[in-house]
Amino acid sequence: MSTEELLRELAPRVLGTLVRRYGRFDACEDAVQEALLDAALRWPRDGAPDNPRGWLFTAAHRRLIDELRSESARRRREEGLAREPPPGAAAEEDDTLELLFMCCHQSLTPGSQVALTLRAVGGLTTAEIARAFLVPESTMAQRISRAKATIRAAGARFAPPAPEALPVVLHVLYLIFNEGYMASSGAHVARVELSTEAIRLTREVRRRLPDDGEVAGLLALMLLTDARRPGRARADGSLVPLAEQDRARWDSAKIAEGVALVEWSLASKPGGPYQLQAAIAAIHDEARTAPETDWRQILALYEVLEHISPGPVVTLNRAVAVAMVHGPRAGLDLLETLEEPLRDHHRLAAVAAHLLEMARDEAGACAAYERAARLTTSTPERRYLESRKAALPRFGAEDERK
Amino acid sequence: MKYMLLIHHNPNFMDDPPEPMDQIGAEVGRLIEELTASGEWVGGEGLADASQAKVVRVHDGLPAVTDGPYLEAKEHLAGYCMIDCDSLERALDVAARWPDARWMGIEVRPVMTPGGEEM
Repeated sequence: MSTEELLRELAPRVLGTLVRRYGRFDACEDAVQEALLDAALRWPRDGAPDNPRGWLFTAAHRRLIDELRSESARRRREEGLAREPPPGAAAEEDDTLELLFMCCHQSLTPGSQVALTLRAVGGLTTAEIARAFLVPESTMAQRISRAKATIRAAGARFAPPAPEALPVVLHVLYLIFNEGYMASSGAHVARVELSTEAIRLTREVRRRLPDDGEVAGLLALMLLTDARRPGRARADGSLVPLAEQDRARWDSAKIAEGVALVEWSLASKPGGPYQLQAAIAAIHDEARTAPETDWRQILALYEVLEHISPGPVVTLNRAVAVAMVHGPRAGLDLLETLEEPLRDHHRLAAVAAHLLEMARDEAGACAAYERAARLTTSTPERRYLESRKAALPRFGAEDERK
Repeated sequence: MKYMLLIHHNPNFMDDPPEPMDQIGAEVGRLIEELTASGEWVGGEGLADASQAKVVRVHDGLPAVTDGPYLEAKEHLAGYCMIDCDSLERALDVAARWPDARWMGIEVRPVMTPGGEEM
């Protein structure tokens, strides 16, 4: 295990112990971050200590006490801190989950929840998070410090995780995963690492909540999606649609693990949205070739998903399955119901374009690809949509003659 | 999601500002401070007067420099800023609070991202 990996694993445990003992999430988090930076400098040079967790705890504890003392000196009330117990051995409780719930506190915006989770639970430095989100380090530093101040003002306490808050935590992990997954090419390694980080954190949650079907479902969804990463982009960063991916490049170990999780969760738990999406991903991943995909089963799963968690994006995905089972016209009919809710959403135009192409309506497909390309804010998606348009039988040829 | 806020002026803005310049400046300063504190401020600058704009065009490999296209224009780009926020609605709220929104308007443009979903 590299120093970096070790530190990321230890960070939330040390932070959890400190927060449990002292409250004051913001001050504890600063202290741990400083201890992490110190360790990242020293350990590779001097070798990792025999008890890395104890080392990190002691270093963070010392900084925290210094900080609290100078603070209390400023406020002239030292009496409480003078009685603080000596650090001693770091306790072995695992507070990762409690920390995660704190970082996903309802008083924060999703962007702040993501940033704070990555730093406090993921053990990433502010610079790493800033690189991953393509913003200046000072912007990310402010976002994190504002998030900590907000949590403090909201009076968030270190408490056993409330079950009703779990969906927020899972959503934040899903957002982190997606940020990383969307980053297709090697030029954005810092972003790609976000997916690995999200999987790691979701595993941590599962370790603490092994019986929760949605936790298993989310982990499965991440694994089954991430398994396709090697096939989803070409070396130049351009996107390869699912149907054209080289399935031999998919990660079979991740697929096997994801499929096992799906099977376990669907057999033993009521199906939640993540479990159903994971089940759909599993069907794609298990098809040896694109034409062998069991679209009937995917359609049935989307119907259940739409029933328990309705929304225009789910309907949009169901329209693709409808088209694959009942033909493109049936899918296009369903898209008409989405004109209003998804009017300026590029994915509606993109799906329409693909279905019109399937229906051999080249003029319609051409217009829809153009509209989708204009609406997307993703450079690789725009390139992909433009290339589909250019490859249309008649219209592509006409373009070339110009 | 990153948004670019483009601030346009008409050519006499500086000669005949619609409100005292120090008030406008203070209002912008407060807004930037707030966006910096919230971790949404990515960066931004005001641009020098449009009369100083130059345009470079390369013909046959040789650069030719001319005066900017703005001297006769009814509006020109006066500055820009980039924010990184959770939604378009939030970006529009920020734009609405920029003083220049009371005059020529603020253009809000989503910034392209390097990542994408396969379809």
